[in-house]
Amino acid sequence: MTTLNRPSLRRRATDRLAAAGFLLALLLTLLPLGFVIGYVAERGATRLSAHFLTSSMAGVGPLDAGGGIAQAIVGTLEQVLVASLIAVPLGLLVAIYITEYGGSWFATAVRFLIDVMTGIPSIVAGLFILAFWLIELGHGFSGLAGAFALSILELPIVVRTSEQMIQLVPHGLREASYALGVPKWRTVLRVVLPTASTGIVTGVMLAVARVIGETAPVLLVIGNNNFINGNVFHGAQASLGVFIYQGALSSSDFDVDRAWAAALTLILIVVVLYVAARVLTRRNHLVRR
Amino acid sequence: MTVVTAPDAASLRSGSRARRGDAVFEGLARAAGALVFAILGAIAIFLIVKAVPALRGDQANFFTSQAWGDVGGTHEFGIAALVFGTVVTSVLALVMAVPVAIGVALYITEYAPRRISTLLGYATDLLASVPSVVYGLWGFEFFIHHTIGVQSFLARYFGWIPIFRHPGADVDVISKSIFNASIVLAIMVLPIVAAVCREVFRQVDPAEKEAALALGATRWEMIRTAVLPTSRPGIISAVMLGLGRALGETIAVALIIGNVTTINSHILVPGGNTIAANIANQFGESDDFGRSALIASGLVLFILTLGVNLIARWVILRSGKEERSAV
Repeated sequence: MTTLNRPSLRRRATDRLAAAGFLLALLLTLLPLGFVIGYVAERGATRLSAHFLTSSMAGVGPLDAGGGIAQAIVGTLEQVLVASLIAVPLGLLVAIYITEYGGSWFATAVRFLIDVMTGIPSIVAGLFILAFWLIELGHGFSGLAGAFALSILELPIVVRTSEQMIQLVPHGLREASYALGVPKWRTVLRVVLPTASTGIVTGVMLAVARVIGETAPVLLVIGNNNFINGNVFHGAQASLGVFIYQGALSSSDFDVDRAWAAALTLILIVVVLYVAARVLTRRNHLVRR
Repeated sequence: MTVVTAPDAASLRSGSRARRGDAVFEGLARAAGALVFAILGAIAIFLIVKAVPALRGDQANFFTSQAWGDVGGTHEFGIAALVFGTVVTSVLALVMAVPVAIGVALYITEYAPRRISTLLGYATDLLASVPSVVYGLWGFEFFIHHTIGVQSFLARYFGWIPIFRHPGADVDVISKSIFNASIVLAIMVLPIVAAVCREVFRQVDPAEKEAALALGATRWEMIRTAVLPTSRPGIISAVMLGLGRALGETIAVALIIGNVTTINSHILVPGGNTIAANIANQFGESDDFGRSALIASGLVLFILTLGVNLIARWVILRSGKEERSAV
């Protein structure tokens, strides 16, 4: 009896072959992950130290062994902070418009354009700021210009994740609030957003993780600086991505070593952001996995 | 968890003030939406306006010339070789990445136990969030040093295939080539394509899968008859999103590709260049005219990725389903 129900040998063999193929695909995916992270950890660990993180490249030439990436860390953090200060409130408003005031052709068009924006190459965002802020308006290199470019990349990510989270808020909550006589705008701000906040914060963290290592857009507009420039609004600034890129291109082994240590720092920052975002997702009662 | 605040007496008393608040808030949200229009419009307008000087002063044909720079005292800029390199590296990367990405996504959704499936999802997502400059550094310092064996193998045994020919070039050396650039690109787009495919496969109606299994299908037959056909539009849009990402990838390619602006179909031979990589590499040494030419090339890249994106959206729309969750 059981043999009747069993698939033929050929069908079973095909099934096994397919399963083996998928497993191979998994190995092919995880292999590079191991290679990249392992090699960056190995090369980066030799130079990474508290001193490396807290000292700048001021007065350090390509043929000197010392120096550090404080100037790049300050630059990157300030640029990403300013970019987020622009992209997060704006992205939230756009998400609210699409979800709470949607339905019109205009809202549909905005939603479509956000999708289009997701596909803009990062270098094009940099070129736009170069064409607009630096060439047309005549401003010099600055961290602010980099932040503008990053905010263009961050905006669609924030909108999409916030939109999804806001849509998950149960309608009953909104209706309960309306029934109590609360106007719509206060319902959105006091009921909808707080309920969706965990998911929104997660989305913002993932967006920050995505743009913190972006190099191409800032390369064109922030210049570079060996000194710590804490003023994001004025003067050339460094960034971790640009520092790694320049180090990789340098013929000095010291520069390359510093680039590896900076790359390890960058990966650690991204991993911390990523893990934190995942932990938050687990606490998110709107999302059941 | 949720705190519903009771309306204070004031807001109950004056309905008109509440309505005014509503109008202001809706106006604000609408303005934010309008700003999205403005930003995208400004990107298109400023790229075009700042590209015009280069397009006007170009002494070569911008669309057909392979030159990039000041040749013999004249400005000669053409995007032919750059577009060629951009499209070839991206397409090669996708040819390598897409089958693997679909396989991983199927393994994660259909084969792996739940707990492991979640972990594997995290691991592939993590692969997607490694910054491109790190892949570039790794590719430049490590990867291209370890592919020499593969290059000579392909050249020796598959040299009869036109793209693996290497006329007059030694392939037993470290090669900054289209070949190496597209493998690193494949590694970079793989998790992006896999992430979207995973979401697509997860949305397949479980009833259909169970029906296939109940009819006696093996797991593979279930995937072939129930999962893949319904997922086709989703897979196509995932591939298009990956293609868009590959076309615009800058820093990693800039470090690995040869930066030679001539059309070269022999992918093992050092050479090749892409629009994005060329911008990163040339920007530092460019004068005003050179910058304008780079912006013109960026405009071409913008149009190229926009086209790919629109096709992807169109495929999704036509299938009547919305696959907006991933990426």
